[in-house]
Amino acid sequence: MSTLRRRRLMNFMAFSASMVATAIGLALLGAILWTLLARGLGAVSVAVFTQMTPGPGSAGGLLNAIFGSVVMTLLGILIGAPIGLLAGTYLAEYGRGTRLSTVVRFINDVQLSAPSIIVGLFVYMLLVIRMGHFSALAGAVALAVIALPVMVRTTEDMLNLVPRSMRDGSAALGAQPWRTITRIVYPAARNGLLTGVMLAVARISGETAPLLFTALNNQFWSSDLTHPMANLPVVIFQFAMSPYKDWQQLAWVGALLITLFVLVLSIIARSISTLFGQHANPGE
Amino acid sequence: MNSPAVALSGHLRREARTERVFRVATLVSAILVLLLLAGVIATLVEGSWPALKAFNWSFVTGERWNPVTDVYGALTPLYGTIVTSLVALLLAVPLSFGIAVFLTEICPLWLRGPVSTGIELLASVPSIVYGIWGLFVLAPILQHHVQPWLIDHLGPLPGIGMFFQGPPFGIGLLTAGLVLAIMVLPFVTSVMREVFRMTPVSLKEAAYGLGATQWNVVWDVVLPWSRAGVIGGIMLGLGRALGETMAVTFVIGNAHRISASLLAPSTTISAAIANEFAEAVGDLYTSALFALGLLLFVLTFAVIAAARLMLLRLEQGAVKLK
Repeated sequence: MSTLRRRRLMNFMAFSASMVATAIGLALLGAILWTLLARGLGAVSVAVFTQMTPGPGSAGGLLNAIFGSVVMTLLGILIGAPIGLLAGTYLAEYGRGTRLSTVVRFINDVQLSAPSIIVGLFVYMLLVIRMGHFSALAGAVALAVIALPVMVRTTEDMLNLVPRSMRDGSAALGAQPWRTITRIVYPAARNGLLTGVMLAVARISGETAPLLFTALNNQFWSSDLTHPMANLPVVIFQFAMSPYKDWQQLAWVGALLITLFVLVLSIIARSISTLFGQHANPGE
Repeated sequence: MNSPAVALSGHLRREARTERVFRVATLVSAILVLLLLAGVIATLVEGSWPALKAFNWSFVTGERWNPVTDVYGALTPLYGTIVTSLVALLLAVPLSFGIAVFLTEICPLWLRGPVSTGIELLASVPSIVYGIWGLFVLAPILQHHVQPWLIDHLGPLPGIGMFFQGPPFGIGLLTAGLVLAIMVLPFVTSVMREVFRMTPVSLKEAAYGLGATQWNVVWDVVLPWSRAGVIGGIMLGLGRALGETMAVTFVIGNAHRISASLLAPSTTISAAIANEFAEAVGDLYTSALFALGLLLFVLTFAVIAAARLMLLRLEQGAVKLK
């Protein structure tokens, strides 16, 4: 009987420990969000959205940084998403089962978790050196390089959820594959593809390392893509590391804004994909 | 002239042409993924060439990093990168295992969604936010409450005592490892959860039939079956930790110094690049930072590729079993 008791005790202790682990994990998320709200929310004001980043020791806003982040993120997605969509289409449709797609899928998965600072070095060499100076365009390209593997992966996954029979039906009516893909498969996978784009936006809008030596920073308003442009992550980095209280305060506001944006986007993307997953026909 | 047959053949020709264009476009995009990797490797090698030529192998084994005398050795950042990543894994792996077990075995269905969303949201918090939180919230707590205790209680011990020497700075290897642990936690958890779920139900039911407790099933059936996947997940986490930049840059202390104590400030490869690149004057300095990047790339690529291969093999095994 004592063996049974010992095993039950072990069972109880192990499962208690795993509940504690889960509680710790969730508490960490709570602690981070709480800090952001406690330190950032109080300082959110109209000025944050209407004024430029201030000089050392004075008050100001984050307008130019927010603008720069939006511009570069959008541009990054505009470059990265179509290429990712096409590459994902190759993996799921034309290249199904080929050796090339196995290699591309593997390399893409590796790039999915590759360090983003490497991308910064790559684009620095590719564009910044050639152009002779830092620029928003280089920043956007760096973000596109990071968005690409996310798009490729989700596109392939989502297209694979569309039942084969739908493609066969379209082909039987005499449609060329491209027509089947653009008229049948893409619309069927629309929500999933949208999820992919949103996940990619969420991924790149908080990226800092690749922007450090591509877009750099700019204390002033700039909408010129060929010049350095302010952006939230780099401003947060610079302001948080500074000794000035005003700057640190703005860094917290920026961190709060960016985190809320990314978390809300991630939650929406997840709920869309769950809905889509339920509606997708599992019979293949 | 415009007979239906001619119109149809024209239409078909256009369809076929679009088909060719579309097919080639997808193929080119897929190949672009490969070219991107080739481009990254080529630029890193090109950028680091002068430094590698100047220092040869002593770049990897050299401890000195001195921009004034133009002598660069990567040993310190390499040491910092590996130590912080190992600390992160040491803390994150047991936690991830616990959470994965909770989510697959204990958690009631209605709670599964919210809990796993909460854990996964840890992965979407931007790395810069971990950095600012680590510097302003975590580091002071460690400095005033945790590190003095570690120094007093673990410091005098033989063996592990050497890891807990010196004054409590708050920032340093331990703090960076701790922040990294939180950051890799969701990745390791989600892989573990997935591979646990892949365990054939028949195996688990057979164990229950023999009178195993739930924990027996987890430890003696699920874990051995999914071992390759668990190791793959841990290595994926390691790959993340090795290359993580911004969060570490905030809390590592940025000192080019090797010390056994985990409480001491140090630097990592990625933090050194992030901190010094924009200010690097001189070709050799820039090149040395590129060489650091190349080193990091080789390190993470090897780790992540090995992890992916293990996960791939497990997946194929699962398919075969079914």
